Amino acid sequence: MEAKHRAVQLSVRPSRGLVDEKFVITVQNAPPGIRLTVHAFHRCEDGHGWESFAHYVSDTGGAIDVSQDSSQGGTYSGVEQMGLMWSLRPVPGSKPGLRLRKMNVETPMEFTISVHGGYLTEGFMDRVALASHAVERWYMAPGVRRIPVTKDQLSATLFLPSGSGPFPGVLDLWGGGGSLVEFRSALLASHGFASLALNYLSPRISQETGKMVDDSYFETALRVLQRDPNVVGTRTALVGLCLGSSFCLKMAAYSSSVKPRCLVCVSGTHVIPSPATFDYRNKASAKCRYNQDNEVISRDVLLPLLASPALKVDVGRLRCPLLLIVGQDDQNIPSYESAMDMKAMMEQAGNSHLLTVVSYPHAGHLIEPPYSAHTRSSFFRSMVAGQKTAFTFKALWGGQTAAHSHAQEDAWKKMLDFLWEHLYCGVAPPRAHL
Amino acid sequence: MHVFLCQGVCGPSKETTSKAAIRASAMSQAAPPLLSVRPTRGLVDEAFQVLVENLSPGVPVTLHSLHQSEDKHYWEAYGHYISTSTGVVSVTDDLSLGGTYQGKEAMGLLWSMRPVPGSRTGLRLRKMNVCSPMLVSISVYSGHVSHDFSQRPPLAAVLTERWFMAPGVRRLDIKDRGVRGTLFIPSGPGPFPGMLDMLGSGGGLLEYRSALLASHGYASLALEYFAPRELASADLELDYFEKAFEMLRHHPAVIPGRVGILGLSLGTKVGMYLASESSVKVRTLNCPVMLVNGLDDQTQPAVEFAEDIFHMMHSVGKDHLLTRLEYPDTGHLIEPPYSPHFRATNFIWDNKKGKGSLLWGGQTKPHSDVQEDLWTEILAFLQQHLYSRQSPRARM
Repeated sequence: MEAKHRAVQLSVRPSRGLVDEKFVITVQNAPPGIRLTVHAFHRCEDGHGWESFAHYVSDTGGAIDVSQDSSQGGTYSGVEQMGLMWSLRPVPGSKPGLRLRKMNVETPMEFTISVHGGYLTEGFMDRVALASHAVERWYMAPGVRRIPVTKDQLSATLFLPSGSGPFPGVLDLWGGGGSLVEFRSALLASHGFASLALNYLSPRISQETGKMVDDSYFETALRVLQRDPNVVGTRTALVGLCLGSSFCLKMAAYSSSVKPRCLVCVSGTHVIPSPATFDYRNKASAKCRYNQDNEVISRDVLLPLLASPALKVDVGRLRCPLLLIVGQDDQNIPSYESAMDMKAMMEQAGNSHLLTVVSYPHAGHLIEPPYSAHTRSSFFRSMVAGQKTAFTFKALWGGQTAAHSHAQEDAWKKMLDFLWEHLYCGVAPPRAHL
Repeated sequence: MHVFLCQGVCGPSKETTSKAAIRASAMSQAAPPLLSVRPTRGLVDEAFQVLVENLSPGVPVTLHSLHQSEDKHYWEAYGHYISTSTGVVSVTDDLSLGGTYQGKEAMGLLWSMRPVPGSRTGLRLRKMNVCSPMLVSISVYSGHVSHDFSQRPPLAAVLTERWFMAPGVRRLDIKDRGVRGTLFIPSGPGPFPGMLDMLGSGGGLLEYRSALLASHGYASLALEYFAPRELASADLELDYFEKAFEMLRHHPAVIPGRVGILGLSLGTKVGMYLASESSVKVRTLNCPVMLVNGLDDQTQPAVEFAEDIFHMMHSVGKDHLLTRLEYPDTGHLIEPPYSPHFRATNFIWDNKKGKGSLLWGGQTKPHSDVQEDLWTEILAFLQQHLYSRQSPRARM
């Protein structure tokens, strides 16, 4: 066989998957004991290039198995089956402060996985790979339906699982960046939950009135979800991230019409989301700490408010199970301290049997579905009264990449198990999940 | 277990009195079962796991698959199960007590598919457009159901996609100096080992096997050698196949010294000829050959044919190049794994002068097992001789 026609083989199985599914990358037919670099590339919707890479040595059979072999270096090291996904970072020369998020969830994220000779750290695009393979990663499983919802002045998107239903429902509140982030809802629907992603910061009604929505907006959203013929109205949950978590807690504690079966709050605080606390936060932002990279650490801002019962949601009033997921390296809000304070409040009130806290030592603020690229910091423009402020800053979210990514994987599994247990009423934990 | 009626699959439907009553009862009833299929998107030769959870313990349920083919016929399969003490049914681990398949059959819902009752006879399921996936709906029904699935609502349903083409595989129409076909090039920069794929004398161009081979790393040319409506009256011009082989060998995406030939039925005869440099001199073959026969092949004396080849090669001391695989109870059509089995299908011959049913043979369960095993054997054979760094050695 001519040496130049040695055909190195790369396979990725499966080559089409959901974003929370694992794949196995193998290289075969390479010379034994040689250095190789496995590389991933993705061009996001904004046109930026993202990449990751890892260094391996082929075994005596000329093979590499990323799920079992140890990376000798690169954007991750050690045995990391999905490291190429979560260690993605902008290619050299990119603008600073980028964040990787898929906004159109009806199409897959497309990656190119390749293998190159030698230990490379740059210049991947200037070389022809030994082998490469296209890979698709989807937020929506086949048959999942995406339905925009504008009735009753809502700005929302409903995702329905494959099949005839009806299904348990989830009201999904994303964080404080404004706009409508759909990918978590799309993924929840792929796991059998009808999920309504709600834009509560910049819905059309806020843009028209210049005012933040009030409690009735959230109550309407939940009612619309519960009354949908595809949803089992008695089996709904609230799921939040960051500011969305605060609204979930507020609604569950104070709204008489909101009676979810359970709550999931990720990276949140129980400081009441209200005009007063928003005002305080905006003023305090100007006095935030900066680190040496000029990144804003805003976790201290809300800490003093934890001492004021009047400014916190009275979680002693909660009557349904609550799952709190927090990262101890959250540099954006004091989510860990909030979780500990909520625990103390609930112990005092006698409802702490409803509480489960999962905290991850080196995870940061952005605890997202597994294998998402970890972003330690990125540019962020906060919202006030339905309008984006003129104040854009580089927020430090926190988290050590590998630990944060392991936390994301574990947190997602815990969230799905928790939702499954309370919405589907299973006796044993589901085998189907991760 | 309550059953939900739901109209339509796209968006909310109007409330009716009966739906309101059902929803009212839904308020107080047990939790819905959870059906999952992993993966929901796969290549046609990848296995999946079908799991039902959250059932009551020890209840009878039916797992059902449904597919509407490109020519609008419906195909289905089903298996009868009893949930475990934890309210679970796992198609991979549990036994089907009856249906279109029995026993522990992870992929039975695919390979045992057959046309729904009332369909025309002699249908054959083949995907002609390989750029889109086969959509198969997997559902779970309460009780042991054997008919009229469309008349009752399932407990749950999941849609799965089965693909012939992996992401990045490219499809090129070929019309080059008289050679007609479709070339599938694997994902990646290449070049790749090549395959000349001849799916036999069914007429027209069947691309699915080449598409799947490309998904496994082979630049595969699905060669058209009977245009539709030119069956049997056209003499095969053997130099047409030589031209096709040369064209493939010299294609920029193909490694010249690494081209194989895959034939089924008539394609096998052609394959043997091409490899042996003249129409009858099988003795001059110098490359490894894998010859596969179904022993229940009703279309031709394939076993006798294979014996002839063996004797010819043995007589010149080359039988070490030959790998023979023979499978009992297996018919003529050996397709990629999990494809439904057709014991007999409609066939038109002789320029539409005749029409009838051609008996291909095979018993469904052993035939399907063979399809699965054989595909693995074929891929391993191709891997060894076209990708491996060692010099090719046939297996004894």
